[in-house]
Amino acid sequence: MIWSALMWTSLDTWIVLAAVLAGVTCGLIGSFLVLKKISMMGDAISHAVLPGIALAFLLTGSRSGLPLLIGAGLVGILTSVLVQVLHQHTRLEEGASMGVVFTVLFALGLIMIEQAARNVDIHPEHVLFGAVELVPLRMVELWGFDIPQGVIVLSGVLLFNLILVLVFFKEFRLVTFDPALATTLGIPATALHYVLMIMVSITTVAAFEVVGSVLVVAMLIVPGSIAWLLTQRLSSFLLVSTGVAGVSAVLGHVAAITIPGFFGYTDTSTAGSMAVVLGVFFFLAMVIAPDQGLFARLVKKINRGFAVHTQDVLGLLARSAERSTGSEDVLPLADGGLSARNLAAIQGSPFAGRRFLLFIVLRCMQFGKLLVFREGRYKATEQGLRRGQEVLRSHRLWETYFHDDCQVDPKELHYQADVLEHYTDAKLRKDLASGLDEPINDPQGRPIPDEPE
Amino acid sequence: MENQSQKNQSSQEKSLPALHIRDLTVAYQRKPVLWDVDLDVPAGVVAGIVGPNGAGKSTLIKAILNLVNHTTGKVEIFGKPYRLQRQLVGYVPQRESVDWDYPINAVELVAMGLYRQIGWFRPVGSKHRELALKALEEVGMADYAHRQISRLSGGQQQRIFLARALVQNAQVYFMDEPFAGVDAATEKAIMAILQRLREQGKTVFVVHHDLETVREYFDYLIMLNMRVVAAGAVQSVFTPENLRRTYGGRLTLLDRAVDAMGRRL
Repeated sequence: MIWSALMWTSLDTWIVLAAVLAGVTCGLIGSFLVLKKISMMGDAISHAVLPGIALAFLLTGSRSGLPLLIGAGLVGILTSVLVQVLHQHTRLEEGASMGVVFTVLFALGLIMIEQAARNVDIHPEHVLFGAVELVPLRMVELWGFDIPQGVIVLSGVLLFNLILVLVFFKEFRLVTFDPALATTLGIPATALHYVLMIMVSITTVAAFEVVGSVLVVAMLIVPGSIAWLLTQRLSSFLLVSTGVAGVSAVLGHVAAITIPGFFGYTDTSTAGSMAVVLGVFFFLAMVIAPDQGLFARLVKKINRGFAVHTQDVLGLLARSAERSTGSEDVLPLADGGLSARNLAAIQGSPFAGRRFLLFIVLRCMQFGKLLVFREGRYKATEQGLRRGQEVLRSHRLWETYFHDDCQVDPKELHYQADVLEHYTDAKLRKDLASGLDEPINDPQGRPIPDEPE
Repeated sequence: MENQSQKNQSSQEKSLPALHIRDLTVAYQRKPVLWDVDLDVPAGVVAGIVGPNGAGKSTLIKAILNLVNHTTGKVEIFGKPYRLQRQLVGYVPQRESVDWDYPINAVELVAMGLYRQIGWFRPVGSKHRELALKALEEVGMADYAHRQISRLSGGQQQRIFLARALVQNAQVYFMDEPFAGVDAATEKAIMAILQRLREQGKTVFVVHHDLETVREYFDYLIMLNMRVVAAGAVQSVFTPENLRRTYGGRLTLLDRAVDAMGRRL
């Protein structure tokens, strides 16, 4: 029943092919907009080319083809020139200049298209939202095959873009990263900027039929934004952005023809679904991004928490070992171990709940061989004791430091040292000790243990 | 051809000033930032450019390198207009001028200095990558060659910017505040590079903030406050009188006139 919704026909194949082509070519060119930090220029141009399209309709009566692309390219350059002129000769910021230019041109285009629509078969709403479903309806014959005209145009534009990107790869890299250096090297940054604007213009026009002038912005910007989060090299950046765009086109169409069926509705728009799928991908990228992603940060935070608590437990064991051998037996931990009850008794600051603490103890026993459980008590192994002494040494050195050098209130000493002890490595301890003239006791007179070997 | 022009250059170095500026005026939003600058700087010096905030130090460098609009006047490098002498000039912009999150690693960034030499339609080859690695070695950054640039510290980023200029093997270098906010290791590395460039007979211009180190780093000094207050050998121009004239209050008479121009136009 459900799968009957996924009735794949040759129409679907053409639709998906057109959507993939549009996605990939938009993702490729949009990457450079994202890299150059002029993403909104994609928004501006995709809207501003409308009068160019309308003019081409009015003059040639054709919905696609070369005149349309040339017209779009020209209007694209006109847009970026106008934005620059407005920005430089008034005190408008660049965003406002863009807003002024593209909305006016877009409105002009809408009016022209409404006029054109009387003679040519074109609807303003198709311009806005695309009509990929209509792509397979206009076939032309090429080398004996019937191929939708939209597919041919998109393939041509993708090929054109690919060739330019490959040929000028290093130049595009330079002008998107550091246009000033390009200029001093004699590489024409401005000219390359306009080449990029031409590419954006013809790309948006070619993709109009599939995604329309509003959603084309998603296709331009979102793939590059995903790649920005995930990659560290330009080549992988472009692979990710084009790959994600292509996959989202396929998934978008599949989702458009299946998912509404689950809820008893008919098909929805492929272009809209593509943009939604891209949004989902972006969210995923945000979560899984290496290093700065939400997931990576969470893992780091948890690991940090484990490390801190483990050090706290080991430090506590080192303290109790010290007491059991020292003269003043402050706490009845005679054999230098901790019972589960002792552990429970010390919960609260700086320890979390008892169960979490036990979990850490187990973790230490299992993974670090730092703790053993014998005769109903937790005891530190030799290695564990050494680690505990490191913590204790860090703690007391910091107390001495704050006491001697910063005149911190004695009541505060403990809390500050308690934080810093977890971020103090052997080298810092060494420098700290020599900076404090190798102290033997901390401000309370307790011995500072020697650095364990 | 490039070799030949460089050979010619070295024979001309003695007679021609490395930098010759006449009547250079720059205005942003019609308000002058640099006013009628004249300069003649001999070849082979390490020249500091000092002056208060807003004195136009960076603008001077950018105007020389044709990076700002609304410029009038004449700029010559070794006796010829700048646009004919680009290959002789290396530029180290301020570190903040680029986005360090850009997906590129250190050695790729340094290789950018070679893009002109590589020429159009050609990829960055292994030969160029080796040159870039050598430049990274010179600034003590060879170990970080394949690290993404956002994972470098500020001082390390500054050093790979320097390496990118060194790899160009230029005759004249313009550096915009290379010492700003760097760690001790980087400061040392930059000083060593300035010393080496001086020994090689190159000419270096450095926008600088810290007056205490002027005598140590430079042998030539340009004191700037919208116009050139003084320029010459450090020991002769770095005087209390010139310092007072450079830094002594922004409200000079010229400033007031310029402010009025900004308001009226």
